[in-house]
Parts: sequence; C-alpha cells; structure tokens
Amino acid sequence: MNKQARTVHPALHTQAVVARLRKRHRRERRFRAYCIAAVGFAVLCLIFLFVDIISKGYTAFQQTAIRFEIFFDPEIIDPDGERDAEMLAEADYAALWRQPLLRAHGEVNTRALRRELYRLVSSGAAFQLQRMVANDPDLIGHKRTVWLLASDEVDMVVKGHVSRHLPEAERPVSDRQLAWLDNLAAQGLVEQQLNRRFFTNGDSREPEEAGILAALMGSVYTMVVTLMLSFPLGVATAVYLEEFAPTNRWIDLIEVNINNLAAVPSIVFGLLGLAVFLNFFDLPRSAPLVGGLVLTLMTLPTIIIASRAALKAVPPSIREAAYGLGATPMQVIQHHVLPAAMPGILTGTIIGLAQALGETAPLLMIGMVAFIVDVPQGFTDPATALPVQIFLWADSPERAFVEKTSAAIMVLLVFLIAMNALAVYLRRRWEQRW
Amino acid sequence: MIEIILVAALLCISALAYRWGRNYALAAVSGNPRKLHSLPGHYGAYVALWCAIPALVVVALWLILEPRLIDYLLVSHLPDEIKTLSSAQIDLLINDIKNLADGNILSREPDPAMQAAADHYNRWHDIGLASLAIIAFLLSASGAMCARRRIAPRFEAIYKVERLIKAFLLLGSTVAVLTTIGIVLSLLFEALRFFNRVPFWDFAFGTEWSPQTAIRDDQVGSSGAFGSIPVFAGTAMISAIAMTVAVPVGLFAAVFMSEYASTRTRSALKPVLEILAGIPTVVYGFFAALTVAPAIRDMGQSLGLDVASESALAAGMVMGIMIIPFVSSLSDDVLNAVPNGLREASYGVGATRSETILKVLLPAALPGIVGGILLAISRAIGETMIVVMAAGLAANLTANPFEAVTTVTVQIVTLLVGDQEFDSAKTLSAFALGLGLFILTLCFNIVALRMVRKYREQYE
Amino acid sequence: MTKSSSAGDQAAVGRAELAAPRAALSEAGKRRTDSDAGIDDSEETIREALHPDIHDPIIDVASLSLWYGEKQALFDISMAISKNKVTSLIGPSGCGKSTLLRCFNRLNDLIGTVRIDGDVFFEGESILGPDMDVHLLRKRIGMVFQKSNPFPKSIYENVAYGCRLQGISSTAELDLIVERSLRDAALWDEVKDRLHDNALGLSGGQQQRLCIARAIAVEPEVILYDEPCSALDPIATSRIEALMRTLTKDYTQVIVTHNLQQAGRVSDYTAFLYLGELIEYGPTEQMFVDPRRKRTEYYLTGRFG
Repeated sequence: MNKQARTVHPALHTQAVVARLRKRHRRERRFRAYCIAAVGFAVLCLIFLFVDIISKGYTAFQQTAIRFEIFFDPEIIDPDGERDAEMLAEADYAALWRQPLLRAHGEVNTRALRRELYRLVSSGAAFQLQRMVANDPDLIGHKRTVWLLASDEVDMVVKGHVSRHLPEAERPVSDRQLAWLDNLAAQGLVEQQLNRRFFTNGDSREPEEAGILAALMGSVYTMVVTLMLSFPLGVATAVYLEEFAPTNRWIDLIEVNINNLAAVPSIVFGLLGLAVFLNFFDLPRSAPLVGGLVLTLMTLPTIIIASRAALKAVPPSIREAAYGLGATPMQVIQHHVLPAAMPGILTGTIIGLAQALGETAPLLMIGMVAFIVDVPQGFTDPATALPVQIFLWADSPERAFVEKTSAAIMVLLVFLIAMNALAVYLRRRWEQRW
Repeated sequence: MIEIILVAALLCISALAYRWGRNYALAAVSGNPRKLHSLPGHYGAYVALWCAIPALVVVALWLILEPRLIDYLLVSHLPDEIKTLSSAQIDLLINDIKNLADGNILSREPDPAMQAAADHYNRWHDIGLASLAIIAFLLSASGAMCARRRIAPRFEAIYKVERLIKAFLLLGSTVAVLTTIGIVLSLLFEALRFFNRVPFWDFAFGTEWSPQTAIRDDQVGSSGAFGSIPVFAGTAMISAIAMTVAVPVGLFAAVFMSEYASTRTRSALKPVLEILAGIPTVVYGFFAALTVAPAIRDMGQSLGLDVASESALAAGMVMGIMIIPFVSSLSDDVLNAVPNGLREASYGVGATRSETILKVLLPAALPGIVGGILLAISRAIGETMIVVMAAGLAANLTANPFEAVTTVTVQIVTLLVGDQEFDSAKTLSAFALGLGLFILTLCFNIVALRMVRKYREQYE
Repeated sequence: MTKSSSAGDQAAVGRAELAAPRAALSEAGKRRTDSDAGIDDSEETIREALHPDIHDPIIDVASLSLWYGEKQALFDISMAISKNKVTSLIGPSGCGKSTLLRCFNRLNDLIGTVRIDGDVFFEGESILGPDMDVHLLRKRIGMVFQKSNPFPKSIYENVAYGCRLQGISSTAELDLIVERSLRDAALWDEVKDRLHDNALGLSGGQQQRLCIARAIAVEPEVILYDEPCSALDPIATSRIEALMRTLTKDYTQVIVTHNLQQAGRVSDYTAFLYLGELIEYGPTEQMFVDPRRKRTEYYLTGRFG
C-alpha cells in the first residue's frame, strides 16, 4: 500500500487542531470561572449571613444600666414594720428609684415630663428592687448602690443601633431624654454590663428583661423526648430492615415509604401532630412531650437511613465468622454488628437531632408558640423552643428585639455547630476501617 | 405521676424476675452452664419479658382508655339539663370539673353539681388507679411464674427470647408506615370535613382566597372565599425564584467540587456547604425579613421600581440560598457515581475538562441530577419558616416578583397559629391546603426518588 | 502420603449399589456437561471414580442438590468424608466447592433464596433436618474463611468469643482455653505479649491463624476451610499447611482450594467438582497420579480450569 494514499480530514490536521486550541482553552477557563464563581457565591452568602447576624447580635450580651443610690425607705416598703411577706410584695418599689431621680432633675415638674424621665429606666427595675428586698429583708432602712437596667430605647441609643442624628419624630428617644442621658453618662452613672438576664430569664414583653432560658429548657425537654423515642425506634427499624427483613413487596413498601417520609415537608408533620396527638389523643397543647413526639416522627427517617448505611458498611465476613462459631442472629447483631456500626448510627442520630433542634414549623402547629415567661418544669408544662422564640422575637416590633433575636440565633447556631462537630469527631475517631 | 411510679415498680420487679429465672436455670443444672441449652441470661430474660410485657401492655392501654372512660362516666352522671348543652360547652364544663378536682383555679364559680361531679371524678380516678396497680402486679407475678415453670435444661430459651425481640423490631419498623397512614388519614379526614362546607371545585379552581370568616353571621364578608389558585400560584412563584438561584449555583458548585477541586480544597469547602445546609430555616427567615427584603426594597426604590417590603423576590432568593447545598450535595454524589472509565475515555480522545463535563459527564448524570432538582423543588414548596417570616399574607394572583404573594405554608401557619375554634371552615381549610401540599410534594418525591434510584442501579 | 483403606465396609457397598439410580436421576445434568466438553467415560469408570472406600465416615452427603433461586449450583452430590483426615475439594471457580462446604455447617441459610434437595448426615444425624439446632451444629463444625475475618476486638476476645457463647465465663478457664488454642494454632509465641491488642493489627497470616485458633477454641469435631490461603504469601501459606497437618490427629478437616499443589500437599482425599457436579473423588495420591476420569486428568494437567 502506498503511504501517500492515507488521507487526513482537513479538520484533523495537527495545525488545524492547534488553531482551535486557543478557543477551546478560553472556553475551558470561562467554564472554570463559572464554577469558582458559584462556589464563591455560596461561601460569600455564608460569610455575609454570619457577619450580618453577629454584627446585629453581639451587643445583646451587654445591657445598659444606670447607677442609683437607693435608700430602702421603710416608710414606702414596710410602713407597719412587720416584715410581712405579702406586704413586702405589694409595696411601691418604683418610688424607691423614682424619688432620687426626680431629686436629681429638679426642672422636671409636670406629669408628662416626669413620665418622660421615668422612661429612661426599665419598667422591670421595680421588680429588681422587690427581689432584692425579698431575698434580704434586712436591707430595709439601708442605703445601697444599685445598677438598674435602662429601658430598651435608651439601650438602643447607647449601643448606637438607633442613631442620635435622626429627626426627633423618627426615634423613640426624645431630645430631652437624650440630654438627661448624656448628663447621667457624664457623671459616670451609665454603664454597659454583662447581660446575665439573657441566659437566666424567660421571655418578656420588655426586651431588656427578655431571656432565652425558658425557650432553651423547652428545647432541652423536647430533644430529650425526641432522643429517647427516635433512637431506639430508628435503630430497631434499621436492624430489622437490614438484618431480618425478607425480600418481598411489603418490605419494599416500607423502604419506599421511609425514603418518601424523609422528604415530606416538616409542616405536614405538624398537621399530623395537631390532628392526631392534640385532637385525637387529647394530649396537652404547647407541651414538650407533643413537640418531641412530632419531631421524633420527623427525624425517624433520617436516623433510619443513616443507621442502615452504617449497618450495611459492616462487612458480611464478620457476620459469617460469628455464625460459624454458633452465634444466633441476635448474638451476631448484639456482639458484632451493632458495636461496629454504632459510630455511624450515632453520627446519623446527632445530625437528625440537630435538624430537629432547628425545626420550627411543626412546633407552631402544636401550639409551642406561646409567650412563656416561666421556665418549664416538666414534659407537659407549656413551653416554647429556641427556634420558635427566635420566630416570636423576630416578629416583635421593638427595635431592641432585633439584637435579642440575633443573639438567640447565635446561641442556637453554637449548639448546632457543636452537635455537628461532635458528629464529625465520632465519625473520624471511631469509624472502623476494614 | 403515680403511673410513672407504677411503671418503674414493674421494671424493678422484672429485673428481679431476671435474676430469679437465671438462678433457677443454673440451679437446675447444679451450676454448670454448659449443660443448659442457652446461656443462663437467656432464661432470666425469658422470665423477665413474661413478667414485664403483659403488665406494661395493660398499663399502656389504661393510659389511653382511662380519660375517655372517665369523661363518659362524668357526662352520664351529670344532671339532665346539662346534657342538652352543645358539645363544646360540655367539654368546657368537664375541663372545669377536672380542674376543680385537681384543686386548680376555675373559670367559673363551682356549683354543688360540679362539686359532686368532681368528687365522683376523684373517686373513679382513685378506684381506677388502684385496680390498675393490682391487675398489673398480678399479671407480672403470674407471667413470671408461668415462664419459670417452663424452664428446663433443654428449654430453648434463646430462641423464644430472640423471636420476641424480632417481633419488637418488626413492630418498631411499622412506626414509619403508621406515620404515613396517620398523615394521609388525618389530612384526608379534616379535608373532607372542609369540603362538606366549601365545594371542592370552589377550592380547587377559585381565584380568590380570603379565609377570614366573620364571627357573627351579620358581619360583612361572613362567608370567606376559599379559592386556592392564588395561594398555589404564590408557592410556585417563590419556588421558581428559589430554583433559579439554587440550580445554577448548586450545579456549578457540585461540578467544581467533584471535577476541579483538589482534595484539600474539597475538604475545606465541604464543611462550608454543610454549615449552610445545617442552618435552621428560621435563621434564613430572619435574614430574609430583616436584611435581604429591605435591601431589595431600597435597591428597587433607587431604580424607581415599586418593590413591596415583603416581595416574593426576597423570600425566593433566600430560599434559593438555603437550597444551594441541597442541590450541590445531591449533584456531587451523582457526578461521583459516574464511572471513571467515562472520564478517561473522554480525556483519551483529547477533550478538555469542560468538554468532558458538558458532553460526557452531565449527559450521563442527567437523570440523577434531574431527580435531585425535583427533590429540591419539593423542598422549596414545603419550606415554611422563610416564607412565613418574609413573604406576605394577602393572596395576590400576580406574576410580578416585586409584589408580595402568599404561599400554602404561610396560609397553613396563619390559619392554625393562635386560638381557633376547631370546627370552622377557616381552620379546616388549612388541612385542605395541607393535603394539597402533601400530594404535590409526594408526587415530586416519588418521581425524583425513582429517577435517582434507577440512575444508581445503572452504574452499580 | 495417603493410604487408601482396602476393606470396603458395608455402607460403602450399599452406596455403590445405590449409585446407578442416582446417576440416572442426574442424567439430564450429566448429558449437558459431558456433551459440551466431548468427554465420555464408561459407566464402570464413573462408578469407580465416585465411590472410593471411605474408612470411618463422619459426614455423609446424600444426593445433595442446591439451587440459588432458579439457578442450580449443585447436582446430586453424594460423598462420605473420613474422620480425622483432610479432604480437599478442588475445581475451577464457580464449580460449587464453597457452596458444598457451606452446606456442612448450614451457612447457606444466611442467603434467603437457597433451596436444597437431598441431605447431609453428620455422625448419622441429618444436618438439614428440622431437628438440627444450627447453632450447636456450627459449634461442632467450625469454619475458617477465605478472607481472614477477626472481630475488631482484642486477640484474647476473638479466641474467647466462641467459649463465651457456650456459657464459659470464668477468667481462669478462658485464659487456659485461649492459651491452648493459640498454641495449637502456632500463634502463641507471636502474640502472648499483646493478647489485649486489637486483632486487626496482626499480619494477614497471623490473622488467619487467629481465625483457626478461634475455630478450635470451642473444640469442634470438624474444621472447614474455605480457600484459607488465597490471600496469603507463600511463607504464611506453608505455616498454615503445616498447622493443618498437625491438627489431623484431633480434627476432621475439609478444605476448599484453588491451588492443586496445596490439595496435593495437605489432603488425604480429594474431590473434584466441575459445574456443580462431583466428577471424581478418591485418595489424593491416586487422583493425582492416576485419575480415573478424563475430565479430572484434563483439569489436573491444565487443559482447562
């Protein structure tokens, strides 16, 4: 054969290919840039979200307080001198701080002006004084230095969340109040202090008094119920499906059903809880018990799917070895399969619980959306949960609740990230390599 | 509280029964466990299970049935004139009687009839509890006795115990099925009650949604309108906006992660996407309502556009951000499942990476990716908190993303949060919407899961 | 190496007489396999090749057929396995050797779709019958697997596990058993200082000997080996083979192997299976020197396999 006879398509000549290369490489670079841009967008969103929330929320961990020299005047608190607890509880404690404040501002003489002046201080201040006296009745008749909370409007101005330069009509603090505040600050009587109340109080109508403890405990109770139910049920289901289930249509149906259940919107579980647990079984509304039941049903598919994957990863040779020594199926599972799969199962459970901890919508359906001041004491007490508290505060009109909401979000995220980190640690530390 | 103590006592007795059975079996072979068919512990477990289970079943049944029984007894013992009251009033009365019996504060002054009923209530309750305790203890004792009598060296305790455990496992795995049945039945039942009041066709094809029925009949607008089209249209619009954000970003990110990124970049980026996926939706909702929506409104104003402060655009965009990691991790899995041989074959004829991705990998992975996107759409449709916090309440039938629209989930939440009378069309309409939502997402899920599964099997 | 027993006992004769109808039963299967290879042995040869004189049988396979779902994997296999001898099962991959081995301790039960016809007798008791307690059976017939599969626990716990299942819980007793088993498995000297280390840290050969120690710890009567050396290097293999020879005085051993030389080195009897059928069974020496059937000869000489 003559070598000359071998023809080459003009488009396949090396020169032609090289000529096209530049264009192809350009296209390659453009495509790669799109990919990087997509990842960059996702990362930026995350950073922006975090920066936004932290910048809005970090100030909530401090609260503005005003220094008072309070004389616990027996005339006001306990005119009879009997130290009767009921009398002590009903006294006019507001007068204790209002009188020195009025004395310091002699120019305030009308009722309207007085009211304006009083609005510098939180309406919870009287309760603070009352609590002090209740704890230590010997205070009566003595003088003490006390830091009372400023009102939320003042707090917002001090923290700079509300600009002083706005026109007076657009800000919650009047020019006169600003002047008084500046005056107090100049005397060193205004200070930002660590906001312990945020972690020890329940919800409140007053932003400066509001805390997350009640919601946090509600979440804890709910999660305890969820964990106690979803872990054993999830593991039982996974073990049954993976180790015992025959292959038939019924089992196929269960599998398809579990996969679908994992993708059912969470609010539908809330409707289920409302119709079945509340209306049919007459369980109490707003209770962590019911919240836990609903979240159990919601997290169950996640735990089952993760547990099955973990069980599947245990090599069959281990099962065979144990059977070969005369172990029964349950002994094989209890002694070998479950211990080997446990890290994976626990990881799945923690991730499922983290999802449940952040879930809000189903809890709204079963009434865990109430205004809860007292820390719930049990599984059937009315309660709310941390994400629901976030929802409630986000809905509140006061400017000061924005920072509380952001701070509550930060607390929630800390819990979630800690749980996820624990899951990653478990996976890395205990996962068996075969 | 007493019930919990009862259960704890039963469990303690069972623990004792375990030791009893174990020691009995050992004694039967004079302490040599090798002469037993099963391990000594299995004999103990056999006795303990027979001791605990029947008694616990009775306690559980009691806890479910007792309140109903007592309510029935209470109503039947009430004076005749009270029985003519409406069922809601009777419920309220019974509630008061129970509160009176528990010594709580009442919503009304107790009268002698109520006081008598409360006394009855307390006595029935006490009798019931006492008989429950006696029955439970008798059952556990006789169960343990019967079980122990069967113990002999050749008795195959291990198989009995294992069969029982297996039955429990099977029982546990039915919970998932029962959940589905519960969802379908409860939605269907309440929705049917709704369709008794509002014709189905009005709901399915009506174009006006204003569920505020008046409390008094003579008020204006007492009927309410339950046309669900604008609600579903709003859901569709917000989901569509979310998908236009999530699909391209998620897909390109997945391509980057699986085809371009080095192992190190990958292991750094994965946690970022996982965190994005793990942020609760209520946080996204807050972000959408307080940051994104005002920003979009201000931006629109500076461009001379009239943007609602609860625009569909803001809710949709933030929902899109929420769904990015969902799309990207599903697509990443799908791309990783494409066999390496395909990549090598494409590189082998001189293709660049992007050519390989676009012409070989994506077509090969298409069914899986489409399945993932369908799952993401189903998630967008069912997403609640973002729209509750950032989307509107009024049902506008519009195609303008700058206007406020409402969604199915928003309506369900607004209809059911707060105190509602349970029988009104307004409340029941939430279940009709829920049924629609469930069916819609179920269709997406079934199609999507089937596509993903088929795709997986193809390359296994 | 092998002494074929000369005295044909009654049972063996009885089986030989029964062979004809059984052969007829599996006629269909035989015709298929024989015709496609184009090899025909006379009936006399076949009978001779399938029924050696087995002295003191402990396991007796009677007309065993097995299906995985629709697919038949074993065709009417009958053979007796001699007590305290090593019997090897050889044949090309997929011929059913491992399947047959797993019938002896009913590990095939773990696969849901298996159906079995015929029976296997262990000391006169039906293995497949409803009265057989499989877990007791597996205690009496131990097994060593192709891939060494120690439990992810300590070396000590691996060996002690089977005894714990039998209710032995005293530490002193377990210590004795663990030491004896590890000594018998020729592993004691290598691991005695790290009994409580994770067994997955051992080398492949050590892991496999640990699996043998684990199997003999419960004092079985039979040990089944499923290609025990296929993943090991030659040195580890030779140690295991030497170990098998020393174990013959106490145990009946059945080994499935790919490796003809290994069968020649360790076994007293050899059975050759092909496509689910028993082709030839006899004393190893005789089979390797003078196979009765052509197909055996072809396989041993490497014409297929």
